[in-house]
Order: sequence, then C-alpha cells, then structure tokens
Amino acid sequence: MQLAEIEQRLLALQMLPTDTIDIDDVLAIGEAVLCCWITATGAIPTDKKKEGYRLLALHRQGAKGDPSFNACRESCRELIYQVNVVKLNDGRAPAAVTMALAVAYHLCLFIGGKLTDPALGDFCCSSRPTRMESTEPAASI
Amino acid sequence: MNENYKKVAYYPGCALEGTANAYDHSTRAVGKKLGLELVELKNWNCCGAMEVKNLDPQLQNYLSARNLSIAANEMGFDTVMAPCNGCYHNLKKVEYDVTHRPEARETVDRLSDKAGHAKYEPGSVETIHALDWIKKTVGEEGLKDRVVRSLEGLKIANYYGCMYSRPRHIFPEKDQGGDSENTDAPHYMDDLLQAAGATIVNYPLKTACCGGAHTLADSNTSTKLVVNLLRTAEACGADIIATECPTCHTGLEMHQVRAETEFDVKTNVVMLYFTQLLGLAMGLSPRKLSIHENISDSLPLLKQKGLA
Repeated sequence: MQLAEIEQRLLALQMLPTDTIDIDDVLAIGEAVLCCWITATGAIPTDKKKEGYRLLALHRQGAKGDPSFNACRESCRELIYQVNVVKLNDGRAPAAVTMALAVAYHLCLFIGGKLTDPALGDFCCSSRPTRMESTEPAASI
Repeated sequence: MNENYKKVAYYPGCALEGTANAYDHSTRAVGKKLGLELVELKNWNCCGAMEVKNLDPQLQNYLSARNLSIAANEMGFDTVMAPCNGCYHNLKKVEYDVTHRPEARETVDRLSDKAGHAKYEPGSVETIHALDWIKKTVGEEGLKDRVVRSLEGLKIANYYGCMYSRPRHIFPEKDQGGDSENTDAPHYMDDLLQAAGATIVNYPLKTACCGGAHTLADSNTSTKLVVNLLRTAEACGADIIATECPTCHTGLEMHQVRAETEFDVKTNVVMLYFTQLLGLAMGLSPRKLSIHENISDSLPLLKQKGLA
C-alpha cells in the first residue's frame, strides 16, 4: 500500500464509529506505514518481531543508520499500548480506538514528511551527530 | 528536595529573549514567587542550536561548553537551569560528549584556549530543565501549599516535544525509577500541573514530532503534524496544551493559525507555557505572566474559569 493511500484510509477510518473498527487493522496500518519507509530506502521490511511486535522490529530496522527515525519511536510504542488497551477491554474501549487511529495517523504524516525530506526528525535527533558517533573535528577553526 | 537547585545559574537562550519572551517572564515570576533564585549567566552565547550542530557538531559542543565554563569558572555555580528544550538538550549533549569522547574534549579545550577562557571541566556543572528545577525544589506538596487559585476545571494535555528526552543516553539521571523522569512517558509537567489542581488528560502524542525546525522546508507537513497534535488533544478532552519548550510552543501556535488560514481547519485548544499555568495557580496576574504575549488567545477561557 502506498503512503497516500494509507493516509486516505486512516482519514476514512476516523470517520467511522469506533465499534466498527478492527484494532488489528490499525496496527497493520502502522506496520504498513513503516514498510513504506523501509522499502523506499531499498531494504526489505522484516517479518521478525521485537518484544512480540513486528511494528517495533520494523522501527528498529528503519532507524538503522538514520537516527532521526527515532523521533517516531514513542509513537510506535504508543500505538501498541492503545491496541492493547482495546484488546484488554474486549474491543470496548472507544477512546483507545480513537487514540490508536490518531497515533497511526501521526506516524503516517511523519513518515510521509520524511519521504519528502529525509531531514524531518533531525531536530530532536540533531542528536544525529551524537547518535552517529560523528567525530568530525572543527578542523577549520 | 534538592537544596542545590534553590539558587542556580539561568541560561535563557535566544528564544526566550525573542519569540518566547513570555516563557522567560513567567519562569522568572514563578521562581520569585516560589522563593527560588535565578542568576542569569554572564555574557552567555548561543548554544549552537540546530544550525551550528548540523554544520559542525564539534563547534556546537564548544559553544555550549563555553556557557557551562562561565557558570563553573566565572560564577562558581554547579547547576545551570535551561528552560528551552533545545538549549537543555545541547548542554546535556556537550556534557556527554566531553565526558565520553576524547576528540570532543580536545576540540572544546583547543577552542577554549584560542578564545582565551578557562576550559570546561566535565562533570563540574549539572544542567537541569525548568521542570526539574521546580519539581525538585518545591515539588508537588510544596506547590499545593502555594496554590491560591486552583486550576480545577482546566483539562490539560501536556506536550513535551522531542528534545526533552531524546536521545536518552545524554540524560543519565532519567529512567532511574522512583521519582526520576521517564524518557518514554515524561511526567514532570503532569505532576506539577496536577498538583496545581488541573486535570491532566492522557495524551498519546506528548513526545511526538511536531515538524519543528522543518517548518520552513516543508510547511505543509509541519502544519498537518501540528493539526493532528491539536485535534488529538481535543479528542482527549483537553482545552489547553501545556508546553515547556519555546520551539514547540511557537510551532503549535503558528501552525494552528496557518491551518485555519491556509486549509480552513479550525481547532479551539489553546497553548500556554506550564510556567504561566503554575503562575496563575499561585495568584500571579496574566499580565505578570505575559499571557497577552502568546499568539494563542487563552484569556477568554481563563476568564471563564475564573483564572483571569
């Protein structure tokens, strides 16, 4: 699925009554969003799981070599949290469904932004040099 | 409670001298009301922000280290308080770098020699955020004692942004359990505002990206990210987003306006610095807290709630 298509799907889901939404679909959309990024970087999205979730494994894969990708780390974890809240309540947690959709949408916007300009997220992770162990000296000064 | 933090060197940084003047005013006013002392860093310079850092991280290290050196060597302080997330992040980063990377320390020392000032000795200064400062000197119980106008009835979503907790390895004091701050789910602002009587909503995007510095390169993405932050806060039931970073605050305000003018998307949630909210709870006037300087007009809501 392309990112624009995913964005439209999420917007459509946000319009539906929460009790008609399968929360596993929302998690799968989150995974599809990360797959778009990984595919765009020329890699094959992993099928592995981390801490029991493919979404986290995909996040780790996406962040390799691009520390700014960590700007969506908490969003991935938050999405899983909201999904679990829904499941623990046998699907009867409308607020958590709404929040899961909002987080998945944020993830989609963030990845979309990064596909437009890979520097998105560099602000917080302009920690980039910190994370990438840059040793460039201020040689010219 | 940490007695050391009662009198600290204050590093406002450039944003608090400009777009976030209200954050500076309200931080100083709240500190005074709480009996805490801020001594502004003498002759401070830019922390290197993101511009210098992205060009040359070692030069950015030097710029931040010079500020720490002034605090330690010229003013005799062992604590610097920086309310701006960007400044806070950069001062923490240089501490990490000069402690762990010989080449970073070598560059900082070399440039310090060249500039003719004392070198920064790693570990001689601790950098704290305004949230640490209030939480660890006054704490929730101390705040409750000082509340004269409870924030009861205000529903607040706390937005911490990205630089307060990322990357986690430059914040060794966080994630230590007990009362320490949590990098996955920060809570200091929640704790303080709750102590002032506010209802804190469970906001799932409290550290999510706002597009921040990216706003000029790709304004539409930034606007969409911010609109999602605002709408989600509203969906959580919040009437206010509390901020603790000038860049986040300005970004939320500006893109809220842009969303309305460019995309006809209206949101009603208002933005206030957490220091402005604490100040209101302690009886300070909106004027004293420079609430009129915010772009986001919160005064009608504050009047309705009897806080202005």
